[in-house]
Amino acid sequence: MEEHGVALKTVEEIKAAIEAAVPGARVTMVPNASPSGQHSLLLEPAHALAVAKFLRDDAELALDFLSNVTGVDWLDKEITEKVKVTKQVPKEVDGPDGKQVQMVDETVEEQRKHVEPGYLEAVYHFFSMKKKSAAAEPVVLRMRTKNRTDQVELPSFTPIWRSADFQEREIFDLYGIVFTGHPDLRRLLMWEGFKDHPMRKDYVEPDDFEYEPTAHDKVLQRATEHKSRE
Amino acid sequence: MAVEQELKIELGKQGVFVTTIEELYNWGRRNSVWPMQFGLACCAIEMIATTMARYDLARFGAEVFRPSPRQADLMIISGTVTKKMAPQVVRLYNQMAEPKYVIAMGACAISGGPFKQGYNVLKGIDRYIPVDVHIPGCPPRPEALLQAFITLQKKIDEQSLTGENRPRHLDAEAQGEFPVPEQGEHDLVPPSNPGVWPVQIK
Repeated sequence: MEEHGVALKTVEEIKAAIEAAVPGARVTMVPNASPSGQHSLLLEPAHALAVAKFLRDDAELALDFLSNVTGVDWLDKEITEKVKVTKQVPKEVDGPDGKQVQMVDETVEEQRKHVEPGYLEAVYHFFSMKKKSAAAEPVVLRMRTKNRTDQVELPSFTPIWRSADFQEREIFDLYGIVFTGHPDLRRLLMWEGFKDHPMRKDYVEPDDFEYEPTAHDKVLQRATEHKSRE
Repeated sequence: MAVEQELKIELGKQGVFVTTIEELYNWGRRNSVWPMQFGLACCAIEMIATTMARYDLARFGAEVFRPSPRQADLMIISGTVTKKMAPQVVRLYNQMAEPKYVIAMGACAISGGPFKQGYNVLKGIDRYIPVDVHIPGCPPRPEALLQAFITLQKKIDEQSLTGENRPRHLDAEAQGEFPVPEQGEHDLVPPSNPGVWPVQIK
């Protein structure tokens, strides 16, 4: 007899199942260190559609219910590292015929900075109605774009789960991820002709500030900026 | 010319009814204000409650909610006006026939309310159209809407049919149409109508 409401496969098991079923698909586990421990799986856009089909149609997983789609904006990260570098340094050394300049190895600690490019991320939450997994944790999938500016395409899951339709449109509207294969990719909340993506972290709001009686923090900052422009 | 109150009462006792055209005209107008049937957000639920049996807006002659702006006298802005919706609200107001009045109901309609710091909510409909009565509240109770409606009735009653403060529909020069804002690339264009905003305090 089938058991109901029990935790189904673990994230590791799902990852293994995907890699066994879809040739060439690489799945990375994104661990979640919080007490909930809700780990997720990062898919490559190239194999995402095949993986999605497998997850929906597989008899054991049967992820037939896409409950939520959302976006995340990850900015460019500047990372400072301390690296030990060995360099050749000229040094005066006592030689057989007086002082001599010789090249000597010396280890110096250096600070190196590099910029990790940012990306946009789409996050999908799945349950299985067939397996009655609603009480269990969702299966979380992620996909990342190549960057935040010109390569922002991700495959759409709307052909596989119809419920992705409006949610992907919302992400397209607010984050600017372009879902290829979406049947009707238009802005959902903002109007046509609107150029910005308001949920991006570098979004600049229109300056329509007006009097606030108790301005503080960010609001106070906005108020001062607005006044300086007047 | 106004009739003296005492004389009026005295004549009334004798069975003579005296009035002025202005009084009669305003009495008629204020007691059959037809609101437009449209709601924008949760305040609309309170507005609907106001019209139903418990609060009964019909007592004040405003029970006929018209589903067309052409037949309405009063626009109750009941709820959040988003920047996507604002042009349609202004257009509906333009389509109403004079005389027309506006009640801005609730925190959002008068100032943007809890969404004031957001990017997509208009910070008060009075940026584009003249508002006659503002009601604060989130949402205002039906009593507050009744109070606003009585305030509007008093306002209509006090309008004189001639002179400086005559209603717009009796003033050939007055304009009853207000520019509909365009939805621009980043914000509404223009961000407010300088003809009505900022509101002049008399």
